[in-house]
Amino acid sequence: MFFSRWAGRLRRRGLDEVPWLFALPAVVALFAFHFVPIVFGGYYAFTDWDGLSHASWVGLQNFRRIAGDQFARSVLWHTLELATCFVLLVNAIGLALALALNRAVKTRNVLRVIFFAPVALSPLAISFVWQWIFVPQGALNRVLDAAGLSSLQRDWLGDPSTALWMVLVVMVWQFTGLAMVLYLAGLQQIPEEIEEAALVDGASDWLRLRKIVLPLLAPAITVSVTLTFIIGMRVFDQILGLTGGGPAVGQTETLGTQIYEQLFQFGRYGYGAAFSVVLTVIVLGLALLQLIFLRMNERRL
Amino acid sequence: MHRRYTRGTLLRELALVVAAGFFCLPFYLVFAIALETTAETVKTPLSFPASPQWGNFSAAWNAAGRSGLGSALVSSVVITVSSVVGLIVLGSLGAYAIARRRSRLSDFVYILFVLGIILPFQLAIIPLYVAMGRLGLVGTYAGLIVLNIGLLMPLTIFLYTGFIRALPRDYEEAARVDGAGILQAYLRVVFPLLLPITGTVAVLTGIIVWNEFFVALLFLLGSRSETLPVALYSLYIESGIPQWNLLFAGIGITLAPILAFYLFAQRHLIRGFATGIKG
Repeated sequence: MFFSRWAGRLRRRGLDEVPWLFALPAVVALFAFHFVPIVFGGYYAFTDWDGLSHASWVGLQNFRRIAGDQFARSVLWHTLELATCFVLLVNAIGLALALALNRAVKTRNVLRVIFFAPVALSPLAISFVWQWIFVPQGALNRVLDAAGLSSLQRDWLGDPSTALWMVLVVMVWQFTGLAMVLYLAGLQQIPEEIEEAALVDGASDWLRLRKIVLPLLAPAITVSVTLTFIIGMRVFDQILGLTGGGPAVGQTETLGTQIYEQLFQFGRYGYGAAFSVVLTVIVLGLALLQLIFLRMNERRL
Repeated sequence: MHRRYTRGTLLRELALVVAAGFFCLPFYLVFAIALETTAETVKTPLSFPASPQWGNFSAAWNAAGRSGLGSALVSSVVITVSSVVGLIVLGSLGAYAIARRRSRLSDFVYILFVLGIILPFQLAIIPLYVAMGRLGLVGTYAGLIVLNIGLLMPLTIFLYTGFIRALPRDYEEAARVDGAGILQAYLRVVFPLLLPITGTVAVLTGIIVWNEFFVALLFLLGSRSETLPVALYSLYIESGIPQWNLLFAGIGITLAPILAFYLFAQRHLIRGFATGIKG
């Protein structure tokens, strides 16, 4: 009796007993490596800083330059184009794979491990491998030759009309497994009885997919689309490993490679920071919009 | 009922296996090309080389980066292990406080960490580079380790907090009633219970750090502490026209440890990536 009251008091006090001191290093890391540098970076974006001399305030000049410069606009456009196509393809293929693997297939565990494997590997190393596939004397052209399709041969990465799409192929190959795993996890949470009930009622496969599976997958779709969008907007390794930004200057440049170049090749810290601000605003804005839109869908269903 | 194995299922299974075969082609290419002579890399079709050039591996081992792939391998291991240990120690402790204090403040702190995951780090990297340069940490192990711990702390806190919130308090309270101090209860009782999520955190952050290229390139290119991806990039740019067989041997050396690790820990890794689904 006495003991249980004492334990109860300890329990109530216990709620507040883990000291904040435990969280201090993590919170310091959060501020020191995320929020504080982001504020400073945001400040640099409004200066003409070159990394060495005194930074002077130039207002919106860097942003005006980005808006007025055709090269900078094409970089923004590539990035958005690549990220959008990436999100659509990776999620469509990943979902298809997950649906195909989810039921009855005997080799599903092995196949899941195979399709997910590239996610664990260095994007840079993988991009080098694909560069060799796409070079003029590379695997793709040889296969086309052997198949009697030599008219289709081309310098895949050297041709401005295909280079960006080859980057997309590599990204899709690497991250489809990620979307697949997220959808498989979502599918496992759908109770079998619901699908079976629909089956008994005579619903077709397509109807079941649209009316039951997809709505119940809404949370997985939200997570997968958001995650792949963030990955798509940050693309950097693949560009360096495949095209180096070329074929001609800037034709496959993205925000990630531009930030790197402006900073570390040209020393334009202010201008590079302005690019980063644009990236941050786009990622945050679109991620938020996506989240609101997809959550709304989740609610409605 | 719908799980019956019909002819349709068999067709689907065959199609998937064929797709998986094509999907694996790049892996085959790595090891086929790595074993070819320089002449073969531009001439022969995709067959496996008749006389494998095992020497390519040692050539790549010695040529890449400032002091060879061996040194890069050491750098990668040191940086990855230290970063992961730091994240586990500081992250689990921090998440324990955030998860056990149920107040508006702790909810707010948790949301700040989630925000830290979403914000692109490209904007933060400029001031960090400048600050670490002034502290003399650019090009050092310590610099990159501290940076990795800082950058991946939000993800670590996110994973640990979700797990601890679902963990009953009974065990730690029993330990407290028995007279254990709060730190002692954490070390002896709570931390061992966190083993499953600690495995997930270790595998997930370990793979991210191991493959990280952007930050490692900025902070380590040309230094003695180049990690594997940076050394691979050096091998690529220094050769002018890429020597594909050497580069592929280097790629093979880079990918092999992580592929082996993946096959060993795939359950943890796949679960780690799928964790977001519950959030």
